[in-house]
Amino acid sequence: MSQTNTAQDLITYTARLGDDSVIFGHRLSEWVSHGPFLEEDIALGNVALDFLGHARMYYNYAADLTNKESDSSVLKTEDDFAFLRDEREFQNHLIHELPRGNFAETVVRQLLVDNYNKYHFEALKASKDETLAAVAAKAVKEVKYHCRRSREWTLRLGDGTTESKQKIQTALDGMWGYTYELFEQDDVEQRLIEAGIAVNSSQFKDKWLADVKAIVEQATLTLPTTEWAVRGGRKGYHTENLGHLLTEMQFVYRSFPDAKW
Amino acid sequence: MSIEKLELFEVFIRSKRGLDHKHVGSLHAEDNEQALEYARDVYTRRSEGVSIWVVKSADICASQEDDSDSFFDPSDDKPYRHATYYPLPKEISNM
Repeated sequence: MSQTNTAQDLITYTARLGDDSVIFGHRLSEWVSHGPFLEEDIALGNVALDFLGHARMYYNYAADLTNKESDSSVLKTEDDFAFLRDEREFQNHLIHELPRGNFAETVVRQLLVDNYNKYHFEALKASKDETLAAVAAKAVKEVKYHCRRSREWTLRLGDGTTESKQKIQTALDGMWGYTYELFEQDDVEQRLIEAGIAVNSSQFKDKWLADVKAIVEQATLTLPTTEWAVRGGRKGYHTENLGHLLTEMQFVYRSFPDAKW
Repeated sequence: MSIEKLELFEVFIRSKRGLDHKHVGSLHAEDNEQALEYARDVYTRRSEGVSIWVVKSADICASQEDDSDSFFDPSDDKPYRHATYYPLPKEISNM
């Protein structure tokens, strides 16, 4: 019985990590052909592809695990996870689904999430689950580059013009409340942490905060002190933004389910 | 940020260890650091390189079209600067 529970927990956890990645990657991909200039457009597209790559690895693994547990002859694939689930079935952290907003909002979100991912993947590398550890080992290198980019841009906008500074400070204040749930674990994750599989993000919150604070201060910005927090992503409770995102992301697949490239 | 305010950089990439850096193109960026990152994103997406140089285009001192006469034409009538000008001694057969 407990064996089955662990298997189910692992599927849930892996799909959640896939959800974080696919939603974040999709949001970033919305910049393609809308970037501030050509070079940045390509750079944003590259980062988006990194996250979609992570999502595929997680979803493929979640599909394999599901097929092993299931008696059904219909096998699940990565596409079932990405394109055939509805809003409430996605369990991504809410920060990933917020609209791409203006460029300052995109930069701030990258800063907060990239620095989170830096520690997340470092910890996941040590997971007892070999597949998750392998995904993390690959992602760690990409995230190092993401961190470099988001730091550079935060400094550039924060220490730039009056307008850029005001925009990025507003973005930071507006997004801060979505960072709390990144460092919280529900029962599913708690059980997997005890099994040595999942990442205990509460353990690196202080390090994350110190890193973000250092960059924010160097950018002459102010770290928000507001304590409001929005939670619910891991329970499938979403902001109004996810539904709109999914309609766009899923409609081609749902309209032409057997389409091939 | 408008593209007019960005500087133009030339990008050089070393494709393999042991080879020279080759000019691959140019891009716009605000400073050296950003130029290096964009060079990575724009020119090495398909694992083209192991090392990147970026140089501000304005810092390159280039010969001018007008200089061609004085720079390059004089070497046209100096065939003795080419190895092929010199007849090989018979004793050397495999060159």
